[in-house]
Amino acid sequence: MSGVDLAEAAAPSAAARLVRPKRRPWPLPFSPWHLVLIPATIILIFPFVWVLVTSIETSSEALRFPPDLTPHVLRFGNYADALRAAPFGRFFWNSAVVAVTTVVCNLALCAAAGYAFARFRFFGRGLLFVLIMTTLMVPFQVTMIPQFLITKWIGVHLLAGAGIGHIGALIVPNAATAFGVFFLRQFFRTLPIEYEEAARVDGASRLTVLLRIVLPLSTPALATLAALTFLDSWNNFLWPLIAINSQNAMTVPLGLASFQSAHATEWPLLMAGNMMSLIPMLLVFLLAQRYFVRSVAATGLAGT
Amino acid sequence: MGWAFAMPAAVIILLFGAVPIVWSLALSFTRDNLLSPSTPFVGLRNYRQLVHDPLVAHAIGHTIVYTALFVPGTMLVGLFLAVAMNRQLRFMWFYRTAAYATMAISTISEALVFIWLFDPSYGIVNYVFSLVGLPQQQFINSPSEALFVIVVMTIWGWAGFAVVIYLAALQGVPKELTEAAAIDGAGRWTTFRRVTLPLLSPASLFLAVWLTINALQLFDEVYLSTQGGPLGATTVVVYYLYQQAFENFNAGYASAIAYLLFLVILVATAIQFRVGRRFTFYRS
Repeated sequence: MSGVDLAEAAAPSAAARLVRPKRRPWPLPFSPWHLVLIPATIILIFPFVWVLVTSIETSSEALRFPPDLTPHVLRFGNYADALRAAPFGRFFWNSAVVAVTTVVCNLALCAAAGYAFARFRFFGRGLLFVLIMTTLMVPFQVTMIPQFLITKWIGVHLLAGAGIGHIGALIVPNAATAFGVFFLRQFFRTLPIEYEEAARVDGASRLTVLLRIVLPLSTPALATLAALTFLDSWNNFLWPLIAINSQNAMTVPLGLASFQSAHATEWPLLMAGNMMSLIPMLLVFLLAQRYFVRSVAATGLAGT
Repeated sequence: MGWAFAMPAAVIILLFGAVPIVWSLALSFTRDNLLSPSTPFVGLRNYRQLVHDPLVAHAIGHTIVYTALFVPGTMLVGLFLAVAMNRQLRFMWFYRTAAYATMAISTISEALVFIWLFDPSYGIVNYVFSLVGLPQQQFINSPSEALFVIVVMTIWGWAGFAVVIYLAALQGVPKELTEAAAIDGAGRWTTFRRVTLPLLSPASLFLAVWLTINALQLFDEVYLSTQGGPLGATTVVVYYLYQQAFENFNAGYASAIAYLLFLVILVATAIQFRVGRRFTFYRS
């Protein structure tokens, strides 16, 4: 009886010793990794927590040293004050309009162009593709001054709503990106061409094939492009800083920066504004976390 | 037919992406000021000025210091967190979400929190310093420390991105290989260094290149936190470029700086791919 027990007890430990030479059993009832992950997570979350805590403090509480880790008086009035001091609703609306329009334009235009480069033969295809790809290598700072001049010209001569000072100026230059064209072209090329050929034989037009066959097969790629474009558009700062000059047309990051320069060191007010600025995107991100994470990982895997 | 499909996107990309490449090169030989219609041609004067401008040299120096700290820092933090998170544990979804969430926050929100955390008088970081007996710091008010505060805030801001890339790569590491190494008697550290790390090298190369490109273009955090100060200690290349173009209206000179930046990015990327190829291990 006891001999059997011993043998049973000895067998796995012998195997374990073979696999991992010198490891003593961990004495605690949870994995040691928690001891690493908990402090790391606290550091990662703390800035968010501190925004929240400061945003409901009174100014005298915020300007105290050593700081109070828990506010005694909850002052939600900071949010009302921030909303009175700057039109955060307007910023939010502008950001949403710009981001959503940019995403829709990118999906439509990049899909059409990506499909053309993936499947069509036309005069100048190679040259046009190389030209588009060249822009991928060039940092935005190189092109931003002419982009500013072109946008200004468009606003004066073509379409006021797309000129400097209007949110159209944030949409039009980003309505299609070289990355989007390249990314979708690569994806379309992995699709089996037989479906498309069969539909063509049955008399479907190129556009019908794209809309009815190719795009439905491409939803993962389209979702990735949408998520990345949305993040980029929402967080863009340098171009809005240059292109927008009135508070009415400001996006969230730009509005927050101008709010900060007007209220430097009024920390509870600033953090209330910051909280309102980051909550919408944080919620969208957390709700669609799977998509965002997969999309970011996809760029990494594509790059490697 | 192909043209009709490609045209709308091509027009936008060429007009706002390709044409400006040539245009800004042309601008760099002029004394454009963004306002008056005439742009007098000045030849190579902007480039000659660039070479002799001590502020350009400083800006390049700050950018290099920043990049040299930010890129390895972010990669190490990302690798460490990803290794810790690459296992089945209770609450793992929470740990991962906390890391990913840093991706959702804009550079401006991030900088605004961090200048408050690192506020010299009332910031919580100085409070923590006082608890552990470290001297109080001036942080972003100090010319010698401000750049490091920006390094810390941007590492935090990019940590989620690095974690996602490394976690995806770690999940591609076949279990058979690490188990085989363990059976052959390799300890955990040896297995990690000799098996896992080489298998992660494509992800590491991607991150190094991607983070470097972004580090050389640092602007948002500087604009919000220090405005290039104190005493110009955080004036990085893009911030200087922005000041020249949109505060001093020296668009011609700014274009020359932009081309210098472009050159630096190209060279840095080429070097990384060159060096990286030697250390990068591709399966298949």
